[in-house]
Amino acid sequence: MLIVLKEELHDRNLAKALIGEIQKAAEDIGRELKIMEVCGTHTVSLRRSGIHSFLPDNITMISGPGCPVCVTPAGYVDNALSLLEEEELTLATFGDMLKVPGSGGISLSRYIGSGRVRIIYSPSDLISMAQSGEKPIVFLGIGFETTIPTIASVFLRAFEQGIHNLFLYPAFKTVPPALQALLSSPDRNFDAFLLPGHVSVILGLEPYRLLEKPGGVPGVITGFEPIDLLGGILSILKQLRAGENKVENAYPRAVRREGNPRAREIMNRLLQPSDELWRGLGIIPLSGMRLKAKYMDFDAGIRFGLPEIRNFEPPGCICAQVIQGKALPNQCSLFGKNCTPDKPVGPCMVSSEGSCAANFRYRELPV
Amino acid sequence: MKHEEKHTHISLEHGSGGALSKELIEKVIYPFFQGRDFPELSDSSCFSLQGRAFITTDTYVVDPPFFPGGNIGSLAVFGTCNDLAVCGAEPRYLTLAFVIEEGFSIGELKKVLHSIKKAAEDAHVKILSGDTKVVPSGKGGGIYINTAGVGESIISFNLSPSRIREGDTILVSAPLGAHGITVLAARESLKIASSLSSDCASLYPLCRSLCSLGEELRFMRDATRGGAAAILNEIAESRSFGLEVVESNFPIEKKIAAAADILGLNVLEIANEGVLIAVVSENAGSKALELLHSKPLGQKACIVGRATSAYPGMVILETTVGGRRVLDLPRGLLLPRIC
Repeated sequence: MLIVLKEELHDRNLAKALIGEIQKAAEDIGRELKIMEVCGTHTVSLRRSGIHSFLPDNITMISGPGCPVCVTPAGYVDNALSLLEEEELTLATFGDMLKVPGSGGISLSRYIGSGRVRIIYSPSDLISMAQSGEKPIVFLGIGFETTIPTIASVFLRAFEQGIHNLFLYPAFKTVPPALQALLSSPDRNFDAFLLPGHVSVILGLEPYRLLEKPGGVPGVITGFEPIDLLGGILSILKQLRAGENKVENAYPRAVRREGNPRAREIMNRLLQPSDELWRGLGIIPLSGMRLKAKYMDFDAGIRFGLPEIRNFEPPGCICAQVIQGKALPNQCSLFGKNCTPDKPVGPCMVSSEGSCAANFRYRELPV
Repeated sequence: MKHEEKHTHISLEHGSGGALSKELIEKVIYPFFQGRDFPELSDSSCFSLQGRAFITTDTYVVDPPFFPGGNIGSLAVFGTCNDLAVCGAEPRYLTLAFVIEEGFSIGELKKVLHSIKKAAEDAHVKILSGDTKVVPSGKGGGIYINTAGVGESIISFNLSPSRIREGDTILVSAPLGAHGITVLAARESLKIASSLSSDCASLYPLCRSLCSLGEELRFMRDATRGGAAAILNEIAESRSFGLEVVESNFPIEKKIAAAADILGLNVLEIANEGVLIAVVSENAGSKALELLHSKPLGQKACIVGRATSAYPGMVILETTVGGRRVLDLPRGLLLPRIC
């Protein structure tokens, strides 16, 4: 059943019909349009399916701050590195964080052979890791609403089981405050949001209502297959043509209006909103999730006295502009030359979901 | 008493060159290969070849060594034979060198040896020489195999990407991705593994068949590490032509597509051990497809694209929905998604 659905979502005739409608709508609107795909997985799906190659000339898809690795400040990596240098502990992390350079150009991958940095595939592995020894284990907690509930459930379990050698170094981010920051930016340069499908499975529709206020932009929750993406783009264009700014759900097979309240409850039991530093965007009020007082003993920042996270951009790197949609990857002088997926300079080239990596990997044809 | 009744696992002494080494070779390994095709035990083996010959070497370190559809033994035999076959050579002789980790089960070693014997029979190749070394526990990955292979050329010219011309046809002999997905699923103990099986097989029958096209056959490769994407890029790299391929023309089984999707992987980048990529002249395209379809392993073969002068050095993919983009070399480790 799922496979049949998947085939339909790649159907060439359906795609052709949607593209026809997109072209018509774009022509009716008649001006340059920029649609921001907020989610890194959208960036990859759009590139991978080659949708860029047949969008009308007046539509540009720009990436937003939706790749968790890309919005993590270099100072966070610096602090993680200092933990390895100064403390007897093991760092546990998702694989994508390994190659992100800190401000000194060094990344965690330097320690991969030492056994002190462990890649985990599922946060639930953290419990057995902690139980198998006495040494402290620090988990690098990055991610959005999609990832946070799973990690939160593991730490709640660790609390119940009285595990004392497992710590969380949180740099979680939440999407709606970032959308608000982008909307309020004085040099805002986009016309609509392609809203993240996975994050919306957790959030539902309500947190996006800020887009419907005066001065807002259309926001369409969109899935990740080619037909989903074309459908989402078309819904945005129809709103723009009608002069509307509504929140729409074009991914109803996965996203319910109310989202997943249980996942949100788990997340909110362990964590509470906090001001958070985003790479490129600076501090966004209440856009992070920190441990609540009851669970503060898990906080690696407090336990190991880590300094405040600093922002740092490598010379010449424009990742900060890319994740705000203010520059395209190929406008960076390092892109594809000094900065490639094999030897990345900035985080957008490191993460498989980063805009630079997706633009490099799924390059458009030379003109 | 059988050797494995006294010694259930490989010990360092098995690699010492002394009595236990001799017993391992004579009582465990040798019986699998003893027969009219296997030489007497000596330091080296004698053989003769006619005409042009090819030689290749390869090392197998697959993790885990056992997976649905094969194991490191069959992989070593077929993999080495395939490297010869795609050059237009009939695989004739192999050597095998084992690096075994202390503690490896002798029962499992016998399973590997049994697969080697069976694969060698399937591929009509003779094993002429072997070696066994043991490394201390923790210093190896269970079992590694190094091979050398020798084959006799069945064509009078060298197949090479330099022979490819604009308009030439690109074919893929069998559905993609089965080996890589199966091994990855077995490594991570993923439940999807139960219905998957490696495609590990000898490609020589397909290659021999295509060699009947003579000079219309331009080039052949087995699409192993890096999958079809890597091979196509290797073919096009630094050439005066590019390759245009159509995503929906690649043979891909639904269950493999679904598993790859779950794991966040691209089937075109996944390793195969029984898939041939061939380039033939434009005129010979349909004949080549017929030849592949006539063999059991090539029944699902497809024409996937053509050589073009438009994008020299590049591989261009027409996506399922008709978009066009560069198909790049696979990059980075196969890391799972983080959100």
